[in-house]
Amino acid sequence: MSTQPLQALAGKFADAYAARAADPARALAAERFRAEGLPTPRVEAWHYTPLAALADVALAAPARDPAVLAARIPDLGVPRLVFGNGRYRADLSTPPADLAVRTGAPAWGVLPEGLQHHLVALNTMFAEDGAEIVVPPGTDAGVLMLVHLATGGASHPRHAVRLGANARLTLVEIALGEGAAFHNPVITFAVGEGATVVHTVLQEESAEAIHLATVFAEVAKGATYDSFLLTLGGRLARREMHTRLAGPGAAAHLNAAQLLGGTQHADFTTDVVHASANATSRQTVKNVLAGHARGVFQGRILVERDAQKTDGYQMNQGLLLSPTAELDVKPGLEIYADDVKCSHGTAIGEIDPEQLFYLRSRGIPEGEARAMLVRAFIGEALDGIAFAPVRAAMEERIGIWWEAQQAS
Amino acid sequence: MLEIKGLTAGVEGKQILNGIDLVVPSGEVHAIMGPNGSGKSTLSYVLSGRDGYEVTGGSASFDGHDLLEMPPEARAAAGLFLAFQYPVELPGVNNANFLRAALNAQRRARGEEELDSVAFLKLARAATKKLSMANDLLRRNVNVGFSGGEKKRNEVLQMAILRPKLAILDETDSGLDIDALRIVSEGVNAQRGPDFSALVITHYQRLLDYIVPDKVHVLARGRIVRTGGPELARELEETGYASVLAEVA
Amino acid sequence: MSPSSTQEREALQSVTQSGYKWGFETDIEMEFAPQGLSEEIIRLISAKKGDPDWLLAWRLEAFAAWRKMEEPHWGLLHYPPIDYQALRYYAAPKRKPGPKSLDEVDPKLLETYAKLGIPLKEQAVLAGVAAETEAPAQIAVDAVFDSVSVATTFRQRLADAGVIFCSISEAIREHPDLVRRYLGSVVPAGDNYFAALNAAVFTDGSFVFVPRGVRCPMELSTYFRINARNTGQFERTLIVAEPGAQVSYLEGCTAPQRDENQLHAAVVELIAEEDASIKYSTVQNWYPGDAEGKGGVYNFVTKRGDCRGARAKISWTQVETGSAITWKYPSCLLRGEGSVGEFYSVAVTTNHQQADTGTKMIHIGANTTSTIVSKGISAGFSNNTYRGQVKVMPRAHNAHNHTQCDSLLIGDKCGAHTVPYIESRNATARLEHEATTSKIADDQLFYCRQRGLTEEDAVNLIVNGFCKEVLKELPMEFAVEAQKLLAVSLEGSVG
Repeated sequence: MSTQPLQALAGKFADAYAARAADPARALAAERFRAEGLPTPRVEAWHYTPLAALADVALAAPARDPAVLAARIPDLGVPRLVFGNGRYRADLSTPPADLAVRTGAPAWGVLPEGLQHHLVALNTMFAEDGAEIVVPPGTDAGVLMLVHLATGGASHPRHAVRLGANARLTLVEIALGEGAAFHNPVITFAVGEGATVVHTVLQEESAEAIHLATVFAEVAKGATYDSFLLTLGGRLARREMHTRLAGPGAAAHLNAAQLLGGTQHADFTTDVVHASANATSRQTVKNVLAGHARGVFQGRILVERDAQKTDGYQMNQGLLLSPTAELDVKPGLEIYADDVKCSHGTAIGEIDPEQLFYLRSRGIPEGEARAMLVRAFIGEALDGIAFAPVRAAMEERIGIWWEAQQAS
Repeated sequence: MLEIKGLTAGVEGKQILNGIDLVVPSGEVHAIMGPNGSGKSTLSYVLSGRDGYEVTGGSASFDGHDLLEMPPEARAAAGLFLAFQYPVELPGVNNANFLRAALNAQRRARGEEELDSVAFLKLARAATKKLSMANDLLRRNVNVGFSGGEKKRNEVLQMAILRPKLAILDETDSGLDIDALRIVSEGVNAQRGPDFSALVITHYQRLLDYIVPDKVHVLARGRIVRTGGPELARELEETGYASVLAEVA
Repeated sequence: MSPSSTQEREALQSVTQSGYKWGFETDIEMEFAPQGLSEEIIRLISAKKGDPDWLLAWRLEAFAAWRKMEEPHWGLLHYPPIDYQALRYYAAPKRKPGPKSLDEVDPKLLETYAKLGIPLKEQAVLAGVAAETEAPAQIAVDAVFDSVSVATTFRQRLADAGVIFCSISEAIREHPDLVRRYLGSVVPAGDNYFAALNAAVFTDGSFVFVPRGVRCPMELSTYFRINARNTGQFERTLIVAEPGAQVSYLEGCTAPQRDENQLHAAVVELIAEEDASIKYSTVQNWYPGDAEGKGGVYNFVTKRGDCRGARAKISWTQVETGSAITWKYPSCLLRGEGSVGEFYSVAVTTNHQQADTGTKMIHIGANTTSTIVSKGISAGFSNNTYRGQVKVMPRAHNAHNHTQCDSLLIGDKCGAHTVPYIESRNATARLEHEATTSKIADDQLFYCRQRGLTEEDAVNLIVNGFCKEVLKELPMEFAVEAQKLLAVSLEGSVG
């Protein structure tokens, strides 16, 4: 595969940046991006996810006002912050009354020291807006929606979420859109001591969209970062979750389900750093692939020298529904402490013919039996979602996805 | 002869044994009974030298050796055997190899000739047969996939092969059905003689119907609070520990 | 008593011996090529070996490819740059061309192999006398000293069965068509950086050909020894099993103790036709460097087996205890329908050793199955990485892989890493992967010590148990050696 169009695109990004007024806050990122460009499959972390498709769509202008998509936002009965093509839309939002939220400028947040990341650099160069959400110590901020609507072009929102000690927030992130759009969000979470963030993501971008999200979570002593991603949309999608467990008793749950059909390509990549002793990480990742879809899961658990008594577990299961689907999985353990319990497991296959037969022998028609087994397979991943309305919305969309696969 | 004087010990700074005095002369079997949390298992671990158990005072000697100064393997070579309450699984390590390695390590330490594989196998088969155990027990990995009863029988088999001078049986009766209890007891009784002594740690009197002790000690709150003959065990069975504890309280 | 307990006994005893016992140097008259690598050197090597023209052309093609390639650095390995121009690419003991019997082999060489405990004793056999039946172990040996093969035993008996077992140099002379047909057909000249280097400069290695339907009557074995200073060793092994043939082959390797690093870049190609089976076992004990990480062999090896026919089977077993750096991924191309690939590995790293090793199982044909069992043990300051790929191609219906990789850490200054790549392009494939990392449990150690074992013996016993699934795959004679190696390697790493 030629990487020329991709490098040409990177050049265009760099030129577009150079044409703008100089901003010292973005200079370092721009310099790095100019040197590194966009990642090719020769870069180990991008081996399974070529960005070639990005060259087709990235810079086309938006066709319509994203407000036309507002009706598709699921009604969860909670406050929402809505962004359209990377810009905050006060007209579509219902911000929470009692929570400090600032919009109108990128919320830079704190990135890991020495980070070198192609897409984060790109985001830093072009971010125009974002939400800064601050939950004071000891406060339960309830549920808040963070919605992105895309109708074209490239958007690079930059959000930051900060929780004080023992605070609590459920953030429901939703991305949806129409047409060819490039959505490149970066979100940083700083989870204070004893605080809990539940981050539930529903990604239903358009079938032509490219969605490349990068999330960072720094989790302090006794704090929990609990995330679930449901990927349904996008021609090319990737979500990278970088989590650092910085204090004893910190916990991270990075769960995901990717349901793909057609020629969709979606990649869920996690990097969990156990920087402290007595921290726990759990990952359950499910891929259900139909048509010519390609699913990717990459997960690394890094246990640093002092992170004794680490408990790390990663389970990855894949269900291939068609002979032309492809699943690539690269879990990984990198362990430098000796008193740890770390393991990962992978199981990939088709629907178990014995289970199918069992259901049919009880009189359930094949199609229904298959649906039942697929639902059961995904259900396990949804079980952890405590906020019922979002879970219901997800289940509904999974149902629609399944119907669509049957029809195609 | 095992001689314990004023032994105090604990775990992680918490004192559990509060001054144990106990003498088990060669050829005698003593039982230690006591309620949960009285320090029975701690006593067996301290005597066998498990890491993490800190001796804060007193002494324990066996046949003139200062037990507390010795690493666990030297105590084993000196003739001390602990039948574990929860025998440990060793994946991939076959029982016969394990036992021969242990037996020969002990023999070596004592300056005795090591056994070759033929002699060892003969010995091991005989012991297995005597304890009514299946021969494949020797081929299986140490305690891996064993039922609770099998594990306990395996402990007794090891004891029969290693022929210790002092056996500490830590709740060996727990999890055994009546047949297994009989087999295990016969295994211990077969060892009895002028050169063998045992410390039978148990919660129930039942085991002592099969292994009749010369003396029974009651351990409570880290101390031996009463000593008597076999009749003491039966008394405890009838009245429970409460009465004894009330007496010493 | 099962034989394996005798082995364990011996393994435990050998703990009392210390250090790298194979580190001696043999003072022998050698013939060298000048330092450095160029077309000229390759022509010189080729002329020394009396290569046919096609082979010289192949070497030059590989060299041209190598010059355009970059040394791979994706492994979790750290080492200073290798100066390929500072090495010698040819070193051979001086002797008359081709020993006809062991009498013609330099006695110092024989002494060396005797010290290594290699059963070269079958001298009479080599000389063509009849004492063969008295030989206790029925193992035919090919010995490679630095760059050249010095002796191959049991040849007559193998020849009677139709099996060719000789040095690859000899095979090139005596069976050029066979070699030409298969050489580079599994690992092409330009396959990867180190394979290309090997193709350009390889000087010897072993060749095995087992004809249709023949079951090789004995274990075949090659011992590799690097002796000379500043010399790379680049051997090339080619094993062909025709339809229905069966062979079991073992390689062992040692090197002298030296302060500077030595480079070893070997290539092994296996070809298994329909219903054929090749079992390839390695006990790798190159000098690992000293306790401070000084010296040791850089071991960059390409091993690949091709299951060409239906129901072919290739099984790799490796026990890796040596080398400062190990970069090695014995692989199987499962092309024939129903073909089987296996990889059983024990890799031990201590002190400052680094190992990045694993396998590739490429499922191309239908109903192919593969099994991966990897046991990594890290101690000291070492880093031990399992890196393995399981790839299922679209036509590999009902392919099945099971992977188990377990890591054991001894001490808190070392690292254990697992990097699997699992790629499925067929819905009917079933892939299972499990990985765990743990340390030796305190209660296991205490249990063993209560029964009278020293801490070190207890660790050896537990480690041997941990590796059992892999060790049982080794031919009996070598299982003993492997267990001893584990014990010696881990010596002093506890406490």
